[in-house]
Amino acid sequence: MTSNTFSVETENLTRKFGSFTAVDSVTFRVKPGEIFGFLGANGAGKTTTIRMLCGLLLPTTGDARVAGLNVYTDSEGIKQRIGYMSQKFSLYEDLTVRENVQFYGGVYGLNRRAIKTRTEELLTYLQLQDKADALTRELPLGWKQKMALSSAMLHDPPIIFLDEPTSGVDPASRRDFWLLIYQLAAEGKTVFVTTHFMDEAEYCHRLSIMRDGKIVELDSPEALKQQYNAVSMQDVFLKVVDRGAHE
Amino acid sequence: MSKVLLSIIRKEFWHIMRDPQTLTIIILMPVVMLFLFGYAITLDMKEIDTIIIDQSKTPQSRQFIEQIVATDFFQLVAVDINPDRIETYFQQRKARCALIIPNDFGRAVQKQPATGLQLLVDASDPNAANYIHKYFTQQVFRYNQSINDISIIPFQVESRMLYNPNLRSAYFFVPGLIAVILLLISALLTSIAIVREKELGTMEQILVSPVHPFQIIVGKAIPYTVLGFLDSLIILIVARFWFDVPMEGSIVLLGMALILYILTGLSFGLLISTVTHSQRLAMMAALLSTILPTIMLSGFIFPIKSMPVLFQWISNIIPATHFLQIIRGIMLKGIGFMELYSQMGYLVLLAVLLIALSVKKFSKTLE
Repeated sequence: MTSNTFSVETENLTRKFGSFTAVDSVTFRVKPGEIFGFLGANGAGKTTTIRMLCGLLLPTTGDARVAGLNVYTDSEGIKQRIGYMSQKFSLYEDLTVRENVQFYGGVYGLNRRAIKTRTEELLTYLQLQDKADALTRELPLGWKQKMALSSAMLHDPPIIFLDEPTSGVDPASRRDFWLLIYQLAAEGKTVFVTTHFMDEAEYCHRLSIMRDGKIVELDSPEALKQQYNAVSMQDVFLKVVDRGAHE
Repeated sequence: MSKVLLSIIRKEFWHIMRDPQTLTIIILMPVVMLFLFGYAITLDMKEIDTIIIDQSKTPQSRQFIEQIVATDFFQLVAVDINPDRIETYFQQRKARCALIIPNDFGRAVQKQPATGLQLLVDASDPNAANYIHKYFTQQVFRYNQSINDISIIPFQVESRMLYNPNLRSAYFFVPGLIAVILLLISALLTSIAIVREKELGTMEQILVSPVHPFQIIVGKAIPYTVLGFLDSLIILIVARFWFDVPMEGSIVLLGMALILYILTGLSFGLLISTVTHSQRLAMMAALLSTILPTIMLSGFIFPIKSMPVLFQWISNIIPATHFLQIIRGIMLKGIGFMELYSQMGYLVLLAVLLIALSVKKFSKTLE
């Protein structure tokens, strides 16, 4: 196994907060260009896993590599190669769309010309040209989320972590957002996404279902549906959770 | 300067400009505080409410009363009331001192070698009482000289008041106020700068980028230094042209000292910001830890030498003590760098130390 063949790989990754084990010996591998979904109820350990992979939290035990780099020793290197969008809205509401993009571009060390080109590309792509100098707080939430994703992608990272990117967004905007994700995957980027929307789970190439800090299922949506003899991921999820309640 | 640092600085300026309310407070608060403190804190005493009971009613007593009333120090509130009512006046705070001239005064002054007047002073404010007593004694001395032209005075002290010939409190307080206000503003401004981003969640986004804590800390400090310096210029202009505080020394040297002082305040605020988790807590911490020590222990009002040893140590640590020596020295005495390098050096040291500590304390993870 060469570590470079996988975008993300973990081995018995564990994180404890005091006596509480938030993530319990999690092992998985994500290939480049894959849309990898993380499913689970609130508190199942999805966010904690993502935070460890992004260098925001240190693992308690276990190993993890992102873009072939060790999370313990090379978090700065990882930060250059990933985009991250947190649950909380991460743009500055009192700055304009353009200023937000300029700031995050600057933070990643892009030069002035690169920032300018990327800004125009983004604004055109998101059809936000006429809103470029409006304050971010005046945008609808769906657009804000698309903008947040684009801002996290300014430095063109090969791997993107999205932590519940569509919570609170209306269905039409969620669809738009997933079109964006598909496009990124088509460009060869790895998308690591957590969600609690079951319809979104269907869009993922592969899914892992977490419960109480453990990964209890990991396969493609089709295989999972077959395995559980279910018509939708909603069914699969309920059956998985139900099984957990009886264990 | 690196592109990353520049983007952070520029972003902070955007935040400041987008919030005109805060900006107004930042600009106006120092001026309002300066006026408030500048007029409220004064040790100059005048128009002391005075009762005079003249039981003598002679040309001698009237001459003495005329002399007393002619000064703007005493203000007559009651004349020849029943001595029993003096205490009521004191209790109702209508008078602070009462002079009783006994009925044999006129004769005694001419015939006897010595005679007495009674002065009752409300000493619930001991400093004021002392001051009234001293001033009164001076007046008596003057009167005695005017009626006894043969008096022999072996020697006299001739005092010359240097640096503040009119003994105006404003000369002493206004530079001190600059020290208090600037430290308060600069610590307050930055104390919320990082905590706010933690609360908003934008800090998380910055933390996953390859930004170094040093760039975040310095990037936040620089815009507020500019703002603080602007504030100090406004205060200096008001001090110079409204309160007439002299500017004897080099304004360039003072400017440098101001920047150093603002930097220590800002870096202290940033340190608070890195270790706290809510804006409210950060603001409270900044307020308490700057205002009290600066007012009480810096020599702003109370002389350091008369404090208990422990407080003298604290006094030596806080930046305001050193800055006060600098600003009073430059503005009132016109002293230069050679007399102030140790104080300036200390401020540099403190600013560097606080920034280094903030960078070290600034956690790159969410724990």
